[in-house]
Amino acid sequence: MAYEAVIGVETHVELATRSKMFCGCPNGFGAEPNTSICPVCLGLPGALPVPNARAIEATVSLGLALEAEIAPRSLFHRKNYFYADLPKNYQISQFDLPLCRGGHLDLETAAGPHRIGLTRVHLEEDTGKSTHLGETGRIRAAEAVLLDFNRSGVPLMEVVSEPDLRSPEEARAYAAELRAVIVALGVSEARLEEGQMRFDANVSVRPEGVATLGTKVEIKNMNSLRSLQRALAFEVERQSRLLAAGEEVEQETRHWDEAAGCTRAGRSKEESSDYRYFPEPDLVPVSLDAALLERLRAALPELPAQRRARYRALGLDAEAARVVVETEGYSALLDAAGAAGADLRVTANWLTGEVTAHLRRLGLDAAGSPLTGAHLAELHSLVAAGRLSATAAKEVLGRVLEGEGSPEQVAAGRDLIQISDEGVLGAAVAAVLADHPAEVERLRAGDQRLLGFLVGKVMQATGGKADPRRVSEAIRQAAG
Amino acid sequence: MIGDPADRTIAGAGAALRSGELTAAELLAAVRRRAGATEALLHAFLTLDSEGAEQAAAAADAAFAAGRDPGPLAGIPLAVKDNMCTRGIETTCGSRILAGYHPPYDATVVTRLRQAGAVIVGKTNMDEFAMGSSTENSAYGPTRNPWDPDRVPGGSSGGSAAVVAAGSALGALGSDTGGSIRQPASLCGVVGLKPTYGLVSRYGLVAFASSLDQIGPFARTVEDAATLFEAIAGHDPSDATSYRGPVPEVWPTLEAGPEGLRVGVISELAGKGNDPAVLAALGRTLAALEASGAVVRELSLPSMPYALDAYYLLAPAECSANLARFDGVRYGPRLPGDTVEQMMAASRRDGFGPEVTRRILLGTYALSAGYYEAFYGRAQKVRTLVIEDFARAFQEVDVLVCPTSPTTAFALGERTEDPLAMYLADVGTIPCNLGGLPGISVPVGLDEHGLPIGFQLLAAPLGEAALLRAARAVEVLAGFSARPALATSEVR
Repeated sequence: MAYEAVIGVETHVELATRSKMFCGCPNGFGAEPNTSICPVCLGLPGALPVPNARAIEATVSLGLALEAEIAPRSLFHRKNYFYADLPKNYQISQFDLPLCRGGHLDLETAAGPHRIGLTRVHLEEDTGKSTHLGETGRIRAAEAVLLDFNRSGVPLMEVVSEPDLRSPEEARAYAAELRAVIVALGVSEARLEEGQMRFDANVSVRPEGVATLGTKVEIKNMNSLRSLQRALAFEVERQSRLLAAGEEVEQETRHWDEAAGCTRAGRSKEESSDYRYFPEPDLVPVSLDAALLERLRAALPELPAQRRARYRALGLDAEAARVVVETEGYSALLDAAGAAGADLRVTANWLTGEVTAHLRRLGLDAAGSPLTGAHLAELHSLVAAGRLSATAAKEVLGRVLEGEGSPEQVAAGRDLIQISDEGVLGAAVAAVLADHPAEVERLRAGDQRLLGFLVGKVMQATGGKADPRRVSEAIRQAAG
Repeated sequence: MIGDPADRTIAGAGAALRSGELTAAELLAAVRRRAGATEALLHAFLTLDSEGAEQAAAAADAAFAAGRDPGPLAGIPLAVKDNMCTRGIETTCGSRILAGYHPPYDATVVTRLRQAGAVIVGKTNMDEFAMGSSTENSAYGPTRNPWDPDRVPGGSSGGSAAVVAAGSALGALGSDTGGSIRQPASLCGVVGLKPTYGLVSRYGLVAFASSLDQIGPFARTVEDAATLFEAIAGHDPSDATSYRGPVPEVWPTLEAGPEGLRVGVISELAGKGNDPAVLAALGRTLAALEASGAVVRELSLPSMPYALDAYYLLAPAECSANLARFDGVRYGPRLPGDTVEQMMAASRRDGFGPEVTRRILLGTYALSAGYYEAFYGRAQKVRTLVIEDFARAFQEVDVLVCPTSPTTAFALGERTEDPLAMYLADVGTIPCNLGGLPGISVPVGLDEHGLPIGFQLLAAPLGEAALLRAARAVEVLAGFSARPALATSEVR
């Protein structure tokens, strides 16, 4: 029997505000442990939270981008549980009155657009970080726990999807699209490798064609798009096998073990928590007036879906548009190159092909590389003018990415500029034809293979600096 | 006769400091002598800051000598309840779980007192985490009532009330969650003011119940209470619940007298349940007000009898979360355990006293899944009814009155075995906190045992001007000038 997966994803995103959610401590990654801390984010007695207006605005901006309903009045609640890296032993979060409700994210799938509903977007504070010392690195066997509160109080946005996703691939596409929206808004850098975006998922399976839902399992601890997809694939397979064997799926929380590539049951009894939510009495309700909403709405940038549509309209194919929009820094490069006169399709092909390959080789991302939109435009004009061959252009791109200089500089420095002088090219062709009368005769007789041979001879004679298309044209004319 | 400077009012001492009759150093020495003579008996202080006090007094004297005036509290010795953070000075909240805790920052009120030139002499004893009505719940031993050392000073700010009554400070700060300023003021024969919720910053006040907690002053006169109130009130960007508007102006009407004042007596709180002596003092005061041109009438606020029940769900619920941070992880004593959870549990079990443990359990239960609506949810509804009752009443009167405490000071140990009897001590003070109102207790007489009786006045939110005007009128009419024997005897 075939089974269908029903998946909902909860995404936590650290916001890129200057200060933390409820205090003035700098919000940054990579500081020495316990240096970005104060009485508030350490939960010292008597300290009080003051909400970060920028974080609220960032969350509302995402809500607007996702066409969610923005609550005119929203509340923070206390979520109570004891944990060593949660300094107050409660987390200031949101409960029944989140900042944003509803909304949707549209995915482009092979089968056409698929609208994924959203439940809510809310705002909360992050916890500190625990490091468990000991041989296993696991909590139970730890010999000591080191606590770093730099992350404590960092604004954390939680985006909850409806169970509208039907496969691990789709869940991954959803997460990637959500990330693209967040990055486009500039509310977070959403760097997965730095834990700025983390995923939990609810997944159940049911026989295809059945409308009722199966028993759902919550999977935690996915820190990349890949692990999200892998964890879900593992879980869907596990649950499908259970059902196929006539067994039942147990409702539980499971943890994704990245190294082992499997999900493991948590201590389900001990982990079933009653968080005793109640309204946070240290804060007043968040009221958002219409003027602020209008200002935020007006400030929304071009969103990934809009951008893809624009690129498609400009002639990019769907895949190229997807990759350019999804890859950080590519849209900016493409738009800058286009503004400087480059052909967008050619430029997009460079980005998705050579540039991606070179960046991977160099271990860089677009933002960290020396490549600019002006470089791409310059490269394009070199090729368009016939001064640089397509092959040489690819080499030049690699050198530019390595920091050797602009395409002009690289091409000149490496002697890659093609002969564009008609007289020089004509003389070289004439000389080759004069040296090979027999081959010229056979070409004239219709043996097209001789064209390639003669082009090769001209290229040889010019040290590879002629444009083979133009050489071929010139030979055809001279021999015709 | 000049008398002992320790017995001066803040206003009187301020005038003497400015005339050069008295120095801040002399004034400090006087309150220290008083503390030295009484502390062994009273145990009102938990920590004395001798060095800081001397420096502040010297700074005030230097300012006066240089012709500068740092403000109305310059050189005035004050005490601060031990639940307000003082940088580098131990702050225990009367709890073992904060033994040895030295905050890295000053509470906003402490900063404001220092900026006003006050001389902070020390931290006063209190019921653990402000939970109690007798100061017997302090982990460091009870404070005794200066009027009768066999009796309690009230609580939870019993230490602050006692030092002001005894003369070990000219004024003090307390905190009031359900009556913790007004009730001990009543039992110790001093003035205690709880300002409107939000007028005084809670930043640096170790929270008991955040939506109810409010810092306020103890003093010997209404005028002094107004001076202290003015020094500590005002918006604080570090407290999100802090009121953003202007602080009510109390001085223009402080001496306006009782003429035309509309006074409402809360029927539900001014009858049975109060000791006869307390009711007699209330009656005398009301008669005097009426005779002086005030319009006195009785008003029914039907929600009042339910306020106590609602309070004992809401306050424990908030406290169960507020006190969760005391876990031995970052500060305070840590007991060993095989796991982090066991370490936390052991530290908390050992660190909290029985009353605090009781309220944490009560609050945890009230917030639990399946009980939230029945307990916390309904208590919030009662709170709304209380607020509505008050709003209706204040359309008709300027102030509401009732006894601060149904009894005068009770004996040490009398109620410690009966938490409900102890809770009933707050029946008259709790509604004010639920309503976010300003309230004040003014001493108006002594009972047959020579123990002081307090008269409580409440006003609408931000109604401090009306409240203090009425309180001042009551003070004048009552003419209460008695002092505890301990403060007047020559034992010292």
